Amino acid sequence: MSLSVPAPLVMMRGIEKSFVGAKANSDIDLDLRRGEVHTLLGENGAGKSTLMNILSGLYTPDDGSIFIEGEERKFRTPRDAISAGIGMVHQHFMLVPTQTVWENVALGLEDQPFSLDKNSIIAKVRDIQERYGIHVDPHAYVWQLSIGEQQRVAIIKTLYRKADILILDEPTSVLTPQETKALFQTIRQIRQEKHGVIFISHKLDEVIDISDRITILRKGRKVATIPVQNASKESLAEMMVGRRVVFQIGKTLQNPGKVVLKAKDLVVRGGRGIVCVDKFSLELRQREILGLAGVSGNGQEELCDALAGIRQIDDGAIVVDGVELQGKPSREFQKKGVSYIPADRIGTGLVTGMNIRENIALRKYWRKEFTRFRFFVHWENIAGRTGQLVERYSVVNPGLGFPARMLSGGNLQKLMLARELADDPRVVLAVQPSWGLDVSATLFVRETLLEQRDRGSGVLLVSDDLEEILSLSDRIAVIHKGKLMGIVEDPDSASEEQLGLMMAGTSLAEFLPDDVPPGHVPVRAVP
Amino acid sequence: MDFFVPILAAAVRSGTPILYASLGEILTERSGVQNLGLEGLMLMGAFSGFTVTYSTGNPWFGVVTAFIVGIAISLVHAFLSVSVGANQIVSGLAVTMFGTGASSLLGRKMIGLTIPGFSKVPIPFLSRIPVFGPVFFEHDPLVYISYGLVFFLVWFIFYTRPGLNLRAVGESPVVVDAMGLSAVKLRYFYTMIGGGLASVGGAYMSLAYTKMWGEGMTAGRGWIAIAIVIFAVWHPARAVLGAYLFGGVGAMQLRIQAAGTSFPAPVLMMMPYIFTILVLLVISIKKGRGILIDSPGSLGIPYSREERG
Repeated sequence: MSLSVPAPLVMMRGIEKSFVGAKANSDIDLDLRRGEVHTLLGENGAGKSTLMNILSGLYTPDDGSIFIEGEERKFRTPRDAISAGIGMVHQHFMLVPTQTVWENVALGLEDQPFSLDKNSIIAKVRDIQERYGIHVDPHAYVWQLSIGEQQRVAIIKTLYRKADILILDEPTSVLTPQETKALFQTIRQIRQEKHGVIFISHKLDEVIDISDRITILRKGRKVATIPVQNASKESLAEMMVGRRVVFQIGKTLQNPGKVVLKAKDLVVRGGRGIVCVDKFSLELRQREILGLAGVSGNGQEELCDALAGIRQIDDGAIVVDGVELQGKPSREFQKKGVSYIPADRIGTGLVTGMNIRENIALRKYWRKEFTRFRFFVHWENIAGRTGQLVERYSVVNPGLGFPARMLSGGNLQKLMLARELADDPRVVLAVQPSWGLDVSATLFVRETLLEQRDRGSGVLLVSDDLEEILSLSDRIAVIHKGKLMGIVEDPDSASEEQLGLMMAGTSLAEFLPDDVPPGHVPVRAVP
Repeated sequence: MDFFVPILAAAVRSGTPILYASLGEILTERSGVQNLGLEGLMLMGAFSGFTVTYSTGNPWFGVVTAFIVGIAISLVHAFLSVSVGANQIVSGLAVTMFGTGASSLLGRKMIGLTIPGFSKVPIPFLSRIPVFGPVFFEHDPLVYISYGLVFFLVWFIFYTRPGLNLRAVGESPVVVDAMGLSAVKLRYFYTMIGGGLASVGGAYMSLAYTKMWGEGMTAGRGWIAIAIVIFAVWHPARAVLGAYLFGGVGAMQLRIQAAGTSFPAPVLMMMPYIFTILVLLVISIKKGRGILIDSPGSLGIPYSREERG
């Protein structure tokens, strides 16, 4: 009888993976034990998802080996990984939206007869729901579900396949604080049953809360693996970024001026013709950042598209500086000083195949100073202006004549800011402005938005990152299923708890206690 | 009744080739591949089916040949659109042009020949039901097979495990891939089966409908079938309605012509096509109003696994 330590559940050794031009993983080792929650921590682009896509058989590594309970395994396809007990909950959930929950669970099951045994699948799904406390209607269509519910479906799918190794890729980025708590409860239950969990995140508080051990990746390499007892928020951040990180952001109080943007009873439809923004009203003032909190997919993007004049509205009014703009073409919005930083930088914001000058000119090429005889493009002026802007917003670039796609994510966003903010717009609509950016670019974006506020713009900041909302906003509005849940006038008075409940559909009015005299609570209910 | 029953029966008969092609295209498109080569596939089916039937005397050999020819031609389309990731519209148009050209070139010697082909086999008892009997149960075997095919496909697509995979791969191939199934194999398979069925639809024209071969004899029915797939919202049962409606309008205009009217014949012959355009127009307007009739989410989009910036 051998006394040796049992082999770890998963052992990855010397994993290498390159994509065209970029090394995503180089020489990475990772161990996962039974009954352990092991976090992979790193900035966007650090190689976390690539490593997990290799473990789940979606990518083939260029080099390196994978051992499952001491036995070397080669995963050529996801099927190999699934049969080795690996279940991955991807960041984008890998669900078929037009199918029901139970159909999504059934997809790819090998033990099913030719004609699907719907009842037995549903019975098993209900079992799992009981055991792990994750509830969702098996008959609902996936597209009808909220993001949080969809994630539950994805987890049920892996548990149904008796996954021994559960990989969760950024699971909390789309959840309210309460949903995150429930998810952690499920993860702890899975850990208790002696399975292994790999948890991917870049939110340090959560990581410290849920992990047993933490492996930090930076630029495709492993920095360290440490037990959670030895980790602090500061030390983790330093290892993740590679230098000391300041968490505080300088924000001064401002006196908001008059209303620059007013939305009244807006009704907007989304892609499937479903009402996404439902009688939404809002006032944005000069010199303020109004944070719009909400789980993504609750109508924020449709709302901002409408406010920028690029999406038709069904009903309601949009007033900028006292002028009604609804139904007008988007250029009228722009002329009135509405700037838009959309969530979708590459699709909606910039044309990555066009060069930097052209991207700067995109929204202003028609202006007098950029044309000759009001017809020909005045490239010299545009080039001059671009040069100034690139300097002012410190956009690192290979040259103004190069296509924008050659810029890194952070510099692309700086280019966006340069184009949208340089003329001191009246209204700035910023949707997920720091999404996917590294720490320094995130800081730059946030400081730029604050500066823009101080210069007199009204900023509507849409983000599903509560931390971002809380650190930048002067007031916080919460949206749920396209409806305004209320506006919190003083962010310091708002708990994450309360905002979380509002993001899940509780209106602010329900928080106002009956016995508190009016004026005592610094919050305002929806009129 | 005496006026309408023959028209309805003719609607079923002239709708059947379109029905086969539509059912095939529903399978192909549900897997995420668009095949605009239906017209060419139908012509190749009509020609090859006729040739084999003429030389063997057995129309069933013709049907099987057409099915195989359809599969073979669609294999090219599948290779281009699934493996190479080529533009599916261009590839589909190429199939149509190839089928049109090849069938007319190879079929020259067949022009003017006739075959006994399939003959009517009234179904005992059922064909005696008033109205229904003569409309639905006094046809040739290929019509009856198409009925069975519709029922089978509804069951297959919505109630079986492979049907679930089929619907999933057309919607989100990446999910299918992550679940350990092969998106590539599924798309190949259904593109080929779909092409085979379209080809059988063409064979119906030459083996049961006209019982002769004529250059370009499908007269745009392949295109109509594509329109009917959209009308049918990718549902086999609704394709029946679409195909028979088209067939019915066609049969009606023939009657009107035969009855001797001063109305110009070319205008009458345009009727089924105009009708198709109108139907598409109406459902598209409805779509704009928010009714959920979306095509399979990944229709026409090639899938490759490790695609990254």
